[in-house]
Amino acid sequence: MFNIWTQLLKRDLLIAFRRRSEIIHPLIFFIMVVSLFPLAIGDDKILLQKIAPAVIWVTALLATMLSLDNLFRSDFEDGSLEQMTLLQVPLSFLVTAKITAHWITTGLPLILITPVLAMLLYLPTEMVSTLVLTLLVGTPTLSLIGAVAIALTVALRQGGVILSLLVLPLYIPVLIFATLALQNVEQGFSAEAQLAMMFAILVLAITLSPFAIAAALKVSLN
Amino acid sequence: MKIVTNIIRLYHQCASPPYFYRISGLWLPYIIGLCGLLFAYGLYSGLFLAPTDYEQGEAYRIIFVHVPAAWMSMFIYMVMAATGVIALVWRLKLAEIVMISCAPIGASFTFLALATGSIWGKPMWNTWWVWDARLTSELLLLFLYFGVMALYNAIEDRRTAARAVAILALVGVVNIPIIHYSVEWWNTLHQGPTVTKFDKPSIHLSMLIPLLVMAVAFKLFFIASLFMRVRTELLRREQNSKWVNTLLESK
Repeated sequence: MFNIWTQLLKRDLLIAFRRRSEIIHPLIFFIMVVSLFPLAIGDDKILLQKIAPAVIWVTALLATMLSLDNLFRSDFEDGSLEQMTLLQVPLSFLVTAKITAHWITTGLPLILITPVLAMLLYLPTEMVSTLVLTLLVGTPTLSLIGAVAIALTVALRQGGVILSLLVLPLYIPVLIFATLALQNVEQGFSAEAQLAMMFAILVLAITLSPFAIAAALKVSLN
Repeated sequence: MKIVTNIIRLYHQCASPPYFYRISGLWLPYIIGLCGLLFAYGLYSGLFLAPTDYEQGEAYRIIFVHVPAAWMSMFIYMVMAATGVIALVWRLKLAEIVMISCAPIGASFTFLALATGSIWGKPMWNTWWVWDARLTSELLLLFLYFGVMALYNAIEDRRTAARAVAILALVGVVNIPIIHYSVEWWNTLHQGPTVTKFDKPSIHLSMLIPLLVMAVAFKLFFIASLFMRVRTELLRREQNSKWVNTLLESK
């Protein structure tokens, strides 16, 4: 069972590295949108500093959402997803391997580039570590919740707009806790409470969403 | 055991489209009549008999529409999720139709709650909108309804669409408390008690009774409009079946 899981993870990672554009495009989107804000607002250091956490988080949210389409699309189209449902290993278990691979190829690069972007927005260095920490706890949750929505819409021709309608309301708690954590740090308080809440949401997402994803995929494969 | 089998039989009977169509048709006039009476009494006693509020003057009277609408917006989402579970587990066509018929009604009530709240907010807080926790979570509830409706309309096969929507509604139900409390926390850290002083008014009986009457009236209105929607949808889906044809011939 775990053997299949690691094999699937390796396969997905290999496919992603062979098709590097899928890794790079969300990243470029992330960098470009974040750098649009200083251009639109002007080189106002105080204002940029103030909105930096919000800008980075909202953009990360959108970048994650845009990258979701890669998660099941190719497997759905070439029929490998159907093969996975026929395995003896439960689909809800297998999808976690796919989501892990997806997070490594899209979530992790975003986190790695974040310190650079934080510098572009004049974010104080002591806040960068908290920002990275919130992204580290938050982006897996985004991938998991997003996977439910993409599993529901993968069979649709114009799933893109509907995906954003489904996914964005569900992303709001993560966004709120992450930006609250950063505000706390900015005002000199600890961000532990918010990080703990984000971690709790992540644990909840890990335990519950695989079942919803598997059920949704079976509906889509119908 | 006999009771159990009877209950199961009754359950299957109620879930059969022709039976539901007949029974709901019998009930509908009474529900609408009672709903109209309660609306008349509730509105009259709310708008004319209930005393003027010493703090908010006459403007508070919008509460008799606003609060029941807000209650309904949550209640209908719960009905949608509950019928969603039934639709997923037992694959009952009727449960699917009830679930999907709930969505537009629930969205309308949510919109009504937001609109009346906004109208109420103008004289009270001197602004149409504040990013208060309750307003925000109500807005997010509206987004959740929109998501449900968009997903249902996007999938061509009605039964597949219903199952997809059921999953989405369940995910939404798990998320509603998280969304609600995160928004609450976000707000209470942000701004002080500009709003909360209206949050829990200890309400006098002369205002409470019209409010409760209006709440019951809203609930009956929901049931009536739900029945009408479900009946129409049943006819549309079963247009090729025998009972619809006999129904048409008899008319």
